[in-house]
Amino acid sequence: MKHTLSVLVENKPGALARIAGLFSRRGFNIDSLAVGVTEDPDVSRMTITVSAAEHPIEQVTKQLHKLINVIKITDLDPENTVARELALIKVKSDAGNRAEIMQLAEIFRANILDVGRNTLTIEITGTYEKIDALERLLFPHGVVEVVRTGRIAIERGQK
Amino acid sequence: MKGSEAIIESLKAAGTEVIFGLPGGVVIPLYDALFDSDLSHYLVRHEQGAAHMADGYARATGKTGVCIATSGPGATNLVTGIANAYLDSTPIVAITGQVRSDLIGTDAFQEVDITGITQPIVKHSYLIKDPKDIPRVIKEAFYIASSGRPGPVLIDIPVDMQNAEIDYVEGKKIDLPGYRPTLKGHKKQIRAAARAITAAEKPVLYVGGGVITAGAEKELQALAKLMKIPVATTLMGIGTFPEDNVLSLGMLGMHGTGYANYAVTHSDLLIGVGARFDDRVTGKLSTFARHAKKIHIDLDPAEISKNVLIDIPIVGDAKNVLAGLVAELKSMKRDARKTAAWIDQINTWKKKHPLSYQDEEGSIMPQFVVEEIDRVTRGNAIIVTEVGQNQMWSALFYKHKKPRHFISSGGLGTMGFGFPASIGAKVGRPDKTVIDIAGDGSFQMTIQELATAVCYDIPVIVCILNNGFLGMVRQWQELFWNKRYSETIISCQPDFAALADAYGALGITITEKKDVADAIRTAIKAKKPAVLDFKVRAEENVFPMVPAGKSIEEMIGGHK
Repeated sequence: MKHTLSVLVENKPGALARIAGLFSRRGFNIDSLAVGVTEDPDVSRMTITVSAAEHPIEQVTKQLHKLINVIKITDLDPENTVARELALIKVKSDAGNRAEIMQLAEIFRANILDVGRNTLTIEITGTYEKIDALERLLFPHGVVEVVRTGRIAIERGQK
Repeated sequence: MKGSEAIIESLKAAGTEVIFGLPGGVVIPLYDALFDSDLSHYLVRHEQGAAHMADGYARATGKTGVCIATSGPGATNLVTGIANAYLDSTPIVAITGQVRSDLIGTDAFQEVDITGITQPIVKHSYLIKDPKDIPRVIKEAFYIASSGRPGPVLIDIPVDMQNAEIDYVEGKKIDLPGYRPTLKGHKKQIRAAARAITAAEKPVLYVGGGVITAGAEKELQALAKLMKIPVATTLMGIGTFPEDNVLSLGMLGMHGTGYANYAVTHSDLLIGVGARFDDRVTGKLSTFARHAKKIHIDLDPAEISKNVLIDIPIVGDAKNVLAGLVAELKSMKRDARKTAAWIDQINTWKKKHPLSYQDEEGSIMPQFVVEEIDRVTRGNAIIVTEVGQNQMWSALFYKHKKPRHFISSGGLGTMGFGFPASIGAKVGRPDKTVIDIAGDGSFQMTIQELATAVCYDIPVIVCILNNGFLGMVRQWQELFWNKRYSETIISCQPDFAALADAYGALGITITEKKDVADAIRTAIKAKKPAVLDFKVRAEENVFPMVPAGKSIEEMIGGHK
C-alpha cells in the first residue's frame, strides 16, 4: 500500500541525507520525495511517498523519529488529505498533431509552456492518477521527456 | 579565544576528564590547545584503539567516553569503534579533524566525508561550519550521546574552525525540538503489566543492557524477588542480576544456558526489559516464547514490536518503569506463591541441564581458566572480552554479580574490542582488577595497544585462551561444514609472552593446569600490564549451542 508521510524537519545540513539514507538502510524504496521550507524558515517539510505494508511503515516511522533533526511525522490518511503533483511533459509535435495535443491539454486543464519546432511542453498539476492519464494519452505522439515533482500533500481543514 | 581552545573549554564544561586519541595534520591546533590543558590524554597506537578505549571507559564508568582522530585515515580508523558503540548503545563523543572548509569536497589530502561515512552508525553527527557553534555543538553532542538510548555522536571540525578567533560563550540551554526521549512509563500500561504479572504462573524476566544504562539493577532485583520471577539476561544484560541467586537463569539465547532457554520457551509471561529481541537471543522468531504473553519495557519506541509482537509495551526508562511496577504490585498485595511450581520446574532443568564441560587429562580447559579467574579475583574483577569462543566462555563460566563489570562487544561482535576496551575500563576504574579474556585471533587485531598500556602504566591483564584457531568459526565448520577448517588455523603466531616482554609488559606462557591460578595471581600482584598465554585444548566447543535459525530449545550439547 502507498503511504504519504509528511515529515517536519529542522532545516539543518545533512537532514535530507539522513532521512533518505534511513529509508534505504531499512530496505525501503522511496517512490517520491518533495522538500520545501514551511511557514517557519527554520523548519522544512518533506513529503515522502513509499509503498509498504502497515507494520514496516510503523517501524520506519519510529526509526525516522529517532533522527535528531526530525520533529514530527504524519502518515497522512488519504481520505482526509489533498495531494497534488506537478509534471512538465515534452511531447513530439508538428503541424499534424498540434491541435489534438492542445485539445488534450485543455481537457486536462494543463498549460502549454513552450512551443518548439518539433515539440510542445505541457505543464500539468493534479493527482498522481490524473498526470498518469495525460501521460498515457500523450504517449502515442512520442513523449520526449517527463519531469515530475513528486507528491505534496496537506491535511484537509475541519469540516 | 581560538576555536581549538573553545573545544577544550567545552569538553571540560561537559565533564570530560580523559581523552583517547592520536594527532594528525588537521588536529594540530586542537592538540596544541590540549598541550596547555589539564585534561588527561592517552596517546594510542591506532585510532580504532581510541574509540574502543572511550567505549570501555564509558561502559565501566557510566560517563561519556571521548576520542579524537585526524581527518581521512584517522577518521576512518574510528569507524569500527563508532559502529561498535552504536550497536551496543554506549555514549561516546568522537571528534575528528577535517580539511579546511574551502577545500571540503575537492578530494583534498586526507579528506573523507566522515559524517557521510558514519551516518548510519551514529546517533547524531555534526560538521562545524561556523566556529561560534563549537560550544553549542559540543554541549548538544554530550547531551545526545548520554541521554535517552545512548549512542555515539561524531563532531567533524575543519582545521580553519580550530584556528578561528571566537568569543567563547558557554553553550546555551539545549534546544532540540526533535529530540525528547520518553522516560516515564505510561501509568495505564504499568497497571496492565502488573495485572499480567499477578496472573502469570510461569513468568520470566528477560533483561538486557538497557537496565545497566538506566542503573536499574536494584529495581529489577526488587521486582524479581517480590514476585519470585526467574531472570535470564542477554550478553549485554550480564551483571544486572547476581548469578548466584536462585532466581538467576544466566544468559539466554544461542549460547545461553539450557534452563534459560527452556524457561523462556515454556513461559506464560515474558517480561523484556531494556533488551531488543535480537536474533542471537530469539533464534527462530516464530517459535520464540510462543506460549507467552509479552511485556516489553524499553526506552526506544522503535524496539517495541520490531521483531516480536508485544502485548503490553511500556516506553520508558527501565529504572522509572520498574520502580513504578514494583510500587503497583505492592499496592495490589498479591503474593508470589503462584510461581512456586514454576521455580521447581526450573530447578529440575538446572539439575538436568547444568552448564558443564568435560575435563581432559593433560589439557587446560578454557572454561577452567575462566573459572579460575573468577576464583582468584573472587568475582570482583571487571571482565572484558574479545569476540567468539572466549566471549561465550567468559559469559557462561564466570559468576557475574554486578553491573558494569562485564564488558563485551555484543551487537557488532568486534574482534579486537576487548583489549583497548579493557584499557579504557581501567583508566575509568583504576581501583578494579581489569581482565581481558581474549582469543589468540582477537588479541592480534589490536595488540599494538600494549604500547599504550605500558607507556601509561595501565595494569590490565590479558588472558589469552590460546587454541591456535579462529575458534568460533572453526566450531561452526566442525559442526556444520564437515570439519573443513578453511582458513581458521592460526597456529602460526608469535610467542605472546616474549612479545609482551618486548613491549615492557609481563608475559607468561602457561601449559599446565596446575599453573593457571598462580599465573593469574602473579599478574595481579605485578601491577603492570600482563599477557598470560594459556595454551588451552584446541578443539574445545562452546556448548550449549542453538544452530542459527533454530528454536532456542533445540540445543546441541549441554545435556547430562
